[in-house]
Amino acid sequence: MAARASLRQPSVIPGFGMTFGYAVLVLGIVVLLPLCALALRASAIGIGGIIDVVRDPRVASALRISFGVSLLAAIVASLFGFVAAWVLTRYNFPGRRLLDAIVDLPFALPTAVAGIALASLYAPNGIVGGWLAAIGIHIAYTPAGIFVALVFIGVPFAVRTVQPLIGEIDREIEEASATLGATRWYTLVHAVLPPLVPAILTGFSLAFARGIGEYGSVIFIAGNLPYVSEIAPLLIVIKLSEFDYVGACAIASIMLAASFACLLLINLIQAWSHRRFGHV
Amino acid sequence: MDPKPTTIAVEGIAKSFKGTPVLRDINLEIRAGELLALLGPSGSGKTTLLRIIAGLESPDSGRITFSGADTTRVPVQKREVGFVFQHYALFKHMTVADNIAYGLNARRRADRPARNEIAKRARDLLDLIKLEKFADHYPAQLSGGQRQRVALARALAVEPRVLLLDEPFGALDAQVRKDLRRWLRDIHQRTGQTTIFVTHDQEEALELSDRVAVLHAGRLEQVGTPIEVQDDPASVAVLRFLGDALDVAAEVRQHRLLVNDRFVLVDVATRGDGPTRLHVRPWQFDLTSLEDAHVHGTVTSVYRAQGRAHVTIERPGGAVFTIDTAQAAMPRIDERVGLRIVGGHLFD
Repeated sequence: MAARASLRQPSVIPGFGMTFGYAVLVLGIVVLLPLCALALRASAIGIGGIIDVVRDPRVASALRISFGVSLLAAIVASLFGFVAAWVLTRYNFPGRRLLDAIVDLPFALPTAVAGIALASLYAPNGIVGGWLAAIGIHIAYTPAGIFVALVFIGVPFAVRTVQPLIGEIDREIEEASATLGATRWYTLVHAVLPPLVPAILTGFSLAFARGIGEYGSVIFIAGNLPYVSEIAPLLIVIKLSEFDYVGACAIASIMLAASFACLLLINLIQAWSHRRFGHV
Repeated sequence: MDPKPTTIAVEGIAKSFKGTPVLRDINLEIRAGELLALLGPSGSGKTTLLRIIAGLESPDSGRITFSGADTTRVPVQKREVGFVFQHYALFKHMTVADNIAYGLNARRRADRPARNEIAKRARDLLDLIKLEKFADHYPAQLSGGQRQRVALARALAVEPRVLLLDEPFGALDAQVRKDLRRWLRDIHQRTGQTTIFVTHDQEEALELSDRVAVLHAGRLEQVGTPIEVQDDPASVAVLRFLGDALDVAAEVRQHRLLVNDRFVLVDVATRGDGPTRLHVRPWQFDLTSLEDAHVHGTVTSVYRAQGRAHVTIERPGGAVFTIDTAQAAMPRIDERVGLRIVGGHLFD
């Protein structure tokens, strides 16, 4: 009985056995099975082979760009998303609901549509691109283009994860801080922000994960120049179209391992921040 | 703590929200070191007045002075008030000790005490609120009463000029409330700080405060000691808010007050002849025979508690009220009884 009690908590809703089995089965088939297939395929060339693939300068630079730009874009998206969520929650202005709905647009938009839209905007003959080219800044066909696309894709994650928490902030917390003599900046940094840290980190990790995997919106604007603006997912597609299945799987498994490591790290930071700031 | 407690003057304060006036021309002097209760029903404007004194709200007109200096335009951060909120407003991500030290840590480097000085102050305050063992706990691990004590210690840590409490015991259950009342009184006696607290609980106001300011519908109805406001309420609103009262038709005739054509011992020496209303508290009735009665009715329920009899009576018109008497003889239910009025209040 004790062993059973540790597995299941008393509940008014029956069916632990069935739901547990179902959850494990679905997770296994949908998530774990493809990953195992991938690892199996890549293992054909052995660890040494995988290392050789990474040593390939083109692959290494693609991985660097994918992870580096995603990281940068996730940071910027988190900052911008936080500000946007703050404005949308704290102020009431005409058009607020419309703006709020627009936040979800990158979620719903087919990524190719986003890619074409961004490309036509930032291409040297585009509206913004032409203007920027005149002052010597090139967005399209450079890593900056990838960055723009990934921020666009990442912002809704950042907004939607913090927004509900900002709505829950008790105004009296700010007032209490003010009566104690704290400046506005001190209040923001020490009283308002800390409880939001876990949510901000969640938004960040979602935007980051999405950025690493993003393909559709990036390839239109990136120009895909090897060593300059070629992302790892694109390289996988290229390898596949060259019938180099093992090479594709090798890059894929490296991405899988790296993504997993990143998410694990972020989760650990989150767990820590929950312990540190999560006493609600 | 403060060698010279602050006096506060509220002069002609008015405030409205979206065109609805919530405070009209409030004038009030709070003496140095006194414990003043702002008493009133919900919506009377008492919390708004407290927030204006704190600087959390700005008045439409009028001014606030602290010890003679105009502070109306001084921002809340610089006003040096300690404010305690009804729902504590503690920083949930900080330990109890960090919460208490918050105001000191928030100071600019030049004004900030040394780290060990801050720690010592926090320890002393934990001592004062008798939560020495809870320094490293988080607010979520404390009971409501403990949280409110932490909130008070946090407000006291910055040595404010005045202490303002907004319904400090409103969210607590009855027993904790009683304990905290006594404890607040003790702290006030020790610190001698000018203190204003808002409450809608008349018992709390009467027990705790040196003086009571009664607000009703945005107007200051009366300011006085607890005894003054009880014995000599300035208006029907004050009388009604401080407890139940039955008003009965009465008449002044040649400087005598008559109810049901029978004399009542209430001073009407300065009143002209004419009809009026007499407001009678539950304990200002005696049971008597029907022939002598000022008012009469049928008993609908009776109970005795703590040496007093509470008799509920329905008057011929259908009005129901309860009297509170020390008399030993208890009437039976459905018995018709007469009541003699032994006191009461007249207005207008």
